[in-house]
Amino acid sequence: MTARPAAAGRKAVAGIPAGLGRAQLLELYYFMRLTRSLEERLANLYRQGKVIGGLFRSLGQEADSVGSAFALDRSAGDMLSPLIRNLGSLLVMGALPVDVLRQYMAKATSPTRGRELNVHFGDLERGFIGQISHLGDMLPVMAGITLTFQLRGERRVGLVYVGDGAMSTGAFHEGMNLAAVRRLPLVVVAENNGYSYSTTLERQTAVPQLVLKARAYGVRGERADGNDVLAVYDVTRRAVDRARAGEGVTLIELVTYRRKGHAEHDDQHYVPKDELARWERNDPIDRFVRQLTDSGWADAGELEAADARVAGELDAAVQAAQGEPLPEPASALEGVYVEPPRQAAPWQREVTRG
Amino acid sequence: MAEVTYLEALRQGLREEMRRDERVFILGEDVGRYGGAFKVTEGFFEEFGEARVIDTPISEAAIVGAAAGAAHLGMRPVAEMQFIDFISCAYDMLTNYVATARYRANLACPLVVRGPCGGYVRGGPFHSQNPEAAFLHTPGLKIVCPATARDAKGLIKAAIRDDDPVLYFEHKYLYRRIKEQLPEDGDLVTPIGRARLALEGTDLSIITYSAMVWKALEAAQVLEKEDGLHAEVLDLRTLLPMDDAAILETVKKTNRVMIVHEDTRTGGVAGEIAARINESAFEWLDAPVLRVTAADTPLPYAPTLEDFVLPQTADIVSVARKLAAY
Repeated sequence: MTARPAAAGRKAVAGIPAGLGRAQLLELYYFMRLTRSLEERLANLYRQGKVIGGLFRSLGQEADSVGSAFALDRSAGDMLSPLIRNLGSLLVMGALPVDVLRQYMAKATSPTRGRELNVHFGDLERGFIGQISHLGDMLPVMAGITLTFQLRGERRVGLVYVGDGAMSTGAFHEGMNLAAVRRLPLVVVAENNGYSYSTTLERQTAVPQLVLKARAYGVRGERADGNDVLAVYDVTRRAVDRARAGEGVTLIELVTYRRKGHAEHDDQHYVPKDELARWERNDPIDRFVRQLTDSGWADAGELEAADARVAGELDAAVQAAQGEPLPEPASALEGVYVEPPRQAAPWQREVTRG
Repeated sequence: MAEVTYLEALRQGLREEMRRDERVFILGEDVGRYGGAFKVTEGFFEEFGEARVIDTPISEAAIVGAAAGAAHLGMRPVAEMQFIDFISCAYDMLTNYVATARYRANLACPLVVRGPCGGYVRGGPFHSQNPEAAFLHTPGLKIVCPATARDAKGLIKAAIRDDDPVLYFEHKYLYRRIKEQLPEDGDLVTPIGRARLALEGTDLSIITYSAMVWKALEAAQVLEKEDGLHAEVLDLRTLLPMDDAAILETVKKTNRVMIVHEDTRTGGVAGEIAARINESAFEWLDAPVLRVTAADTPLPYAPTLEDFVLPQTADIVSVARKLAAY
């Protein structure tokens, strides 16, 4: 059995749901806090003009990213493909904050060597594949990843995120259908955060709940509170276990809310103020802290220690990334193919000296 | 040696690669038990089993996307487009995802997308297309267009072994019309990126590829017989990366060049070749570079219309005479 083991020393405490232990609860808290704090650091860097492109926040969605990714078994070689608001998922899979900072600041040292933006990067060893901007495209790609698991007889599971907007694309439909037909070990997490850029759910789809689409594909559908990290973990974990057991695809709708604009430049003027206030009161980290302390699963000191760890790690990461150089201009020509073309490239920059 | 058709040569190449390398698998529409719309994979389902000859839903984007995912993990997928016209449904996946994977993410994407292209078969607008120009513009892809049975086999083997994504456009008019003696043993691989001199000549050069190679050879016979002109015919075989050295060599040899392709004219491959010649060998030219192509229309169905729109041997002859007389 390749399920995530309850590690030695992680004593189960009465009442903790989903088979988790105290140490794992603290890990979940750590990753949610790390996600939020890293984005806050990025927002500062953005205001200082140090982030080269746009900044995409997942404020209010940390539970959905962290809880779902946490349900995968990294030691079994499970893999996921994130979307723009799944920074938390990447961190759970082992992405380094310093690499995220390098990506946003377009550093030569970034995982994509300055070729791609923000969280558009992957790491096969750590088990994640970077998205491209064309929404829905990662469904067919993750179908191919999990098809390979299936063909090789490996008991590995894939997880792919889509948003309420991405589900309107043709690529989503094609990938979902292919995965369903072949009963691939794939978990599809549909994050319903209310908005795709400025477009509301009602203008994106005529069904009231995204989970209703599961039935049309002949796959199991689940729906959970995306701001409750334990509920997210539980529903995803069950889907992962089914996928690993050969029971095919699950479509999980996680109901959450995007509390920032599409990107940092977007002032959200189209969002009703009371709606924002309502979701602010439903903050996933605040909720989890209350749950942890009220239930006696963690004490304030442990959470403060986690906060201090996050702050220390991010101080070091920001310090390291800031001073690093941008890529050498001519490095832009490298790596289009494994081998450079046999003949000199037809393109050459004409350098004129004044 | 045994005489095999272009289609059988392609089939042999695919089969040999699947026997050689268990990472190679095929996915596409009706490729399994049915053996493919043109029977390219006939017998594969029986020999290799369902796991390596996978029938998919009608979903070109998912076929290519899934091939990419498998390729990332070290598989060698060969995706069939039932007709190459339908590759446009996977255009996003090929140009945005597959072609950029290595560059943006250092992700290997060694896949082949292959399928029947081309006209002269009364297929109408959606079963006759030549989509190479749409992809020539995409760095990160390779494009091969075999004209002979030998290269149909040699290029599919090279494409499967290549570590980058390759589009393999096989011409359906040639499937059963072209036959060639091929060795029955030995590893026949045509290197990607190398053109082939199909006919040596001294008076003018016809640069072409795919089925037009045969029309160019016919035209060369006419020119020799009726005009005493010796045309050279260069079969590019690979369009991306293009064999600039071979192009330059024939330009310098004959100083008169025409480019022939079946695809439409505007924005076609010929324009790119002409531009390269202009940039690197202008002083070697005794005449402007001329083109013979299809007219800029969708491809119509009726024989009278299709034959009018597509380039014919007589068109090549007439443009060659103009070129020689310039």
